[in-house]
Amino acid sequence: MISSSKRDELIVSKIRNGTVIDHIPAGRALAVLRILGIRGSEGYRVALVMNVESKKIGRKDIVKIEDRVIDEKEASLITLIAPSATINIIRDYVVTEKRHLEVPKQIRGLIKCPNPQCITNNDVEAESRFTTISIKPLKLKCEYCEIYITEDDVIRQIL
Amino acid sequence: MRLRHVVSSLDLTRDDYFRIFELADKFSNVKKLNYLSGKVVSLAFFEPSTRTAQSFHTAAIKLGADVIGFASEESISIAKGENLADTIRMLSNYSNCIVMRHKFDGAALFASEISDIPIINAGDGKHEHPTQALIDLYTIYKVFGEIDGRTFGLLGDLKYARTVNSLLRALTRFKPKKVFLISPSQLKVRREILDGLNYPVIETENPYDMIQDIDVLYVTRIQKERFVDEVEYEKVKESYVVDLKLVNMMKKDGIILHPLPRVTEIDRKVDKTTNAKYFYQASLAVPVRMALFYEVLGERKDD
Repeated sequence: MISSSKRDELIVSKIRNGTVIDHIPAGRALAVLRILGIRGSEGYRVALVMNVESKKIGRKDIVKIEDRVIDEKEASLITLIAPSATINIIRDYVVTEKRHLEVPKQIRGLIKCPNPQCITNNDVEAESRFTTISIKPLKLKCEYCEIYITEDDVIRQIL
Repeated sequence: MRLRHVVSSLDLTRDDYFRIFELADKFSNVKKLNYLSGKVVSLAFFEPSTRTAQSFHTAAIKLGADVIGFASEESISIAKGENLADTIRMLSNYSNCIVMRHKFDGAALFASEISDIPIINAGDGKHEHPTQALIDLYTIYKVFGEIDGRTFGLLGDLKYARTVNSLLRALTRFKPKKVFLISPSQLKVRREILDGLNYPVIETENPYDMIQDIDVLYVTRIQKERFVDEVEYEKVKESYVVDLKLVNMMKKDGIILHPLPRVTEIDRKVDKTTNAKYFYQASLAVPVRMALFYEVLGERKDD
């Protein structure tokens, strides 16, 4: 009998060079691809596994992208919608770097304040700035107008 | 310690509040002083205002400062497309302090990050109005001789009223016995303000349930201009009217405050009662703002 983890591995093959984003909460893989600006026509070979079993988080999604490195800004955004995710950098089929993401204490310029009356939406020089109030559930506070935003608000902006 | 920017009520410590009250006592009834002669105050009112702008103007003049500025966006380069940051930079070159009123939430904090000189927030959107809170607390201090131990009732629009946010935050520097937040469910205090409070708060809809316990009834106007949806405004616009029936149930020495202007939320018959202190409250605006200017701009031994 094949174990569930083996079965999941068989769904997609290993990649030679690129990035594997693992432990994405189930159902969020498409949002991760959106953050990375991958819509399918860019030419990257992308593998997506959704709703597979995970000892760590119950059910998870996995994204594998060949020949694509993730920058800091993208990693920060991924933490907001998938704080449990890990990023593995693959070179010659081997994991050469394993990054555990952490939600930053302060998030600058990455997301918009949903309050249309906030100064950050009304002055060309005012950059959005959020303080992280809690990670689970995600709650951010705009440092200017002080409105709270949740994970749903962040996902709504990304999708 | 010299005060730098006053963007939020939380920028002031308990000591700052009392020092300003003592200075305001000193500045009451003075005709003119020259404590700020040679200093220039900018009044940057991007949003129209009459009483707040005028009281700041009078306070600056009474301390001997010169005043420059504008009273609406239309009169300045914003109308030509200049952004807030550039206007603040320009005023920083001309003056020693900027008093600023703006329609957007968080504008004062943003300005304080740009400005080389102190920013005093005279109201930013629905966010804060800390100098009004200073006047509110000074009135209570003058009437009762202390602020600690009082029971407060804040009534009306608690969601969009910036004076409410600033007063609730200013009260964290004192020890209120209890604060009743009385509003329709659509106009409750926003979570981000409630989360920072350090005293007992009770949210309710009916002022008759606790009016007999209240020392300070703080009434706010339900502001049409803050509603995105006019239908929502129509539903709540006349939720409360403070009338003689309600006032007669108050403690004999309980007081009614209002940041003004009022519309229909306080029956004019209430004006003659001994509980009505809102005009007295308005009369304290100039000495309080003089005290604040002196704190921000006055000469100090440590300068």
